[in-house]
Amino acid sequence: MIRIENLTKVYTSRKDRVTAIEDITLHIPQGAIYGIIGLSGAGKSTLVRCINRLEEPTSGKIFIDDQDLMQMSAHELRQARQKIGMIFQHFHLLQSRTVFDNIAFPLEIAGYKKPEIEQRVRELLPLVGLEDKAQVYPSQLSGGQKQRVGIARALATNPKVLLCDEATSALDPQTTLSILELLRDINQRFGLTIIMITHEMKVVKEICTDVAVIHEAKIAEQGPVEAVFIQPQSRIAKEFISTVFPNELPLDLLQELATHPNSQIVRIQFLGSRTSDPIIADLMKECDVRANILYGSIDHLRSTLFGTLTLELQGTPEQLALAHQYLDQRELKVEVIQHV
Amino acid sequence: MFDFANPQYWDTMVQLLTPATGETFYMIIASTLLAYVLGVPLGVILVISSPNHILPNPWVERILGTIINVFRSIPFIILLVLIIPFTRAIVGTYIGTTAAIVPLVISSAPFVARMVESSLKEVPYGVIEAALSMGSSPWQIIKKVLLPEAKASLVLGVAITTISIIGYTAMAGAVGGGGLGAVAIQYGYNRFRTDIMLLTVVILVLIVQVIQSLGTMLARRMTHH
Repeated sequence: MIRIENLTKVYTSRKDRVTAIEDITLHIPQGAIYGIIGLSGAGKSTLVRCINRLEEPTSGKIFIDDQDLMQMSAHELRQARQKIGMIFQHFHLLQSRTVFDNIAFPLEIAGYKKPEIEQRVRELLPLVGLEDKAQVYPSQLSGGQKQRVGIARALATNPKVLLCDEATSALDPQTTLSILELLRDINQRFGLTIIMITHEMKVVKEICTDVAVIHEAKIAEQGPVEAVFIQPQSRIAKEFISTVFPNELPLDLLQELATHPNSQIVRIQFLGSRTSDPIIADLMKECDVRANILYGSIDHLRSTLFGTLTLELQGTPEQLALAHQYLDQRELKVEVIQHV
Repeated sequence: MFDFANPQYWDTMVQLLTPATGETFYMIIASTLLAYVLGVPLGVILVISSPNHILPNPWVERILGTIINVFRSIPFIILLVLIIPFTRAIVGTYIGTTAAIVPLVISSAPFVARMVESSLKEVPYGVIEAALSMGSSPWQIIKKVLLPEAKASLVLGVAITTISIIGYTAMAGAVGGGGLGAVAIQYGYNRFRTDIMLLTVVILVLIVQVIQSLGTMLARRMTHH
C-alpha cells in the first residue's frame, strides 16, 4: 500500500553535501506495523519525514495507495496529508489548546462542522483513555498522556497510515509499553498501517511485523521481523538484535571452554511451538552427547515465542554429527560458535 | 509657594490635566491600535519568510527587514518633522492630537513588527510541523497555530509597545501634539511650574504601572505551560 522507490535526500549547504538517505526502496503492505530502525544519524527520521513530504526528497517516488505524492500540487498534498497521521517524539501539542481542542485541531483544518468535531473527539477520548482529561491543558499531562493526545489527534481524520517518529523515545519503559500496546490495538481494530521509526530494538520486538534496518543512509536489511531476528544478515542488524537478546558469552568462559576436549559450543534458536520441545533431554538420550547449558533466554517476538539456547556439546565427532542431524531434523536454527 | 491645601488649586489642576490626560489616552490607544494593524502582518511576514519556516523567501525577508531597520533608526523627533507633508496629506494638518498619531504609528509599526516577530519565533517549529503534517495551509498555520500559541508573549509585547508609545506622545506634545507632554512643557518648563510638571509625571507613572500590570496579568492568565 505504501511504495517508496529509490528515495534519496541530499542536504546541500554552501560548504558541503550530506546524503541523509540514499536510494531507499521499501514496500509496506496494508495493515503492517513496519519498523524502521537505525542509529541516530542513520537517516531514519529523514526517511519518515519524506513520506509525507515534510522533508522534500531530492529524488525518488512515494506512492500511497497508488497515488504519487511527488506529483501532487501543494493543495493536493494538503488533502493527502489529512489521511496520513503523524506522531512525534516530543508530541508537539498546541500548548494554548485543551486536550479536547488539540484533538479537534486536524478536524478544524479538514473543515469538519462543529457538531461532527464534537462527536468525533468524544469517540476518540475513550479510545486513548483520556475521557476525564478533555478540558485539561497539555502542560498538566504526563509524557504518556501527551503521546495519547498525539495519537488521538493523529487518528481524528481516520487516516490510513500512521507515521511514528521516535514516538516512544522520550518515554520511560513502562509508559513505552502502554503506548505500544495502544498502537497495536489501533492497528488491529482499524487495520491502520503503522510506520515506526525507532532506535530501540525493543520497540520492534514488541509490535512490528516487518522491519528495515537503516545504516549510513542505506537499507542494510529488511524483511519480516521473525526472519530478521532468526537469521540476521548484516552486522548492524546483529548488533541491534543483541541489544534485546544478548548472546555474547563472557570471554574468560570461552577461553576456559576452549580447553575442553571433544566439545563444541552451539547456539540454538527456536520460534513458536518449538520452544516447548524437550530438546536437551532428547539430545542426551538419542545422540548420547552431553549437553551443558551455558545460556538461555526466552521472550516474545510480537505474539510468538522466541528462544535462544547456548549449549556446550561433548562427545565424539560421530556423536556430535548425530546431534547436528537431530537438530536439523527438528528445523531448529543451529550455529556453531566455537569448535574445539 | 503653592497652596496644596486650597481646594481651588486642585480645581484648576483637574481642569487643566483632565483634558490633557484624555488627549494622551486618545493618542496612546489610537496609535497602538493602528501600529498593530500595520505591525502584525509585517511581523508575520518576517517570520514565515525566514529560512526553514513555512514560506521561506530570502528576498522578502531581506527587503522588509531593511525597511523596518531604516524606520527604526530614525529618531522619533526627527521623523516627526520629516513626515510633516505626509501627515498633512492624511490628516489635513500637522498640528494637534490627531495629527500626532501619524508619526506615532509610523515610528511604532516597525517596532511592533519586530516585537511580533520575536514572539512568533518563540513558537517551537515542531508544533508548526505537526500542523503541516495534518494538512494545514499557511493561512491556517498563522491563524490557528502561530498567533494563538504566541498569545501570551504578544500581550506582553502590547504592554511594552504601549508604554514606549506613551514616551513618544510626550515628545509629540512638545511640538504641538497636545496631551500631558504639552502641559508639562508649556506650564512646567516654560512657566517654571514644577508642581504641574511633577503632576504630569505622576499621572504618566500611574498609566505605565496600570498598563504593565494589566499586560502581565493577562499574559499569565493565557500561559498554559
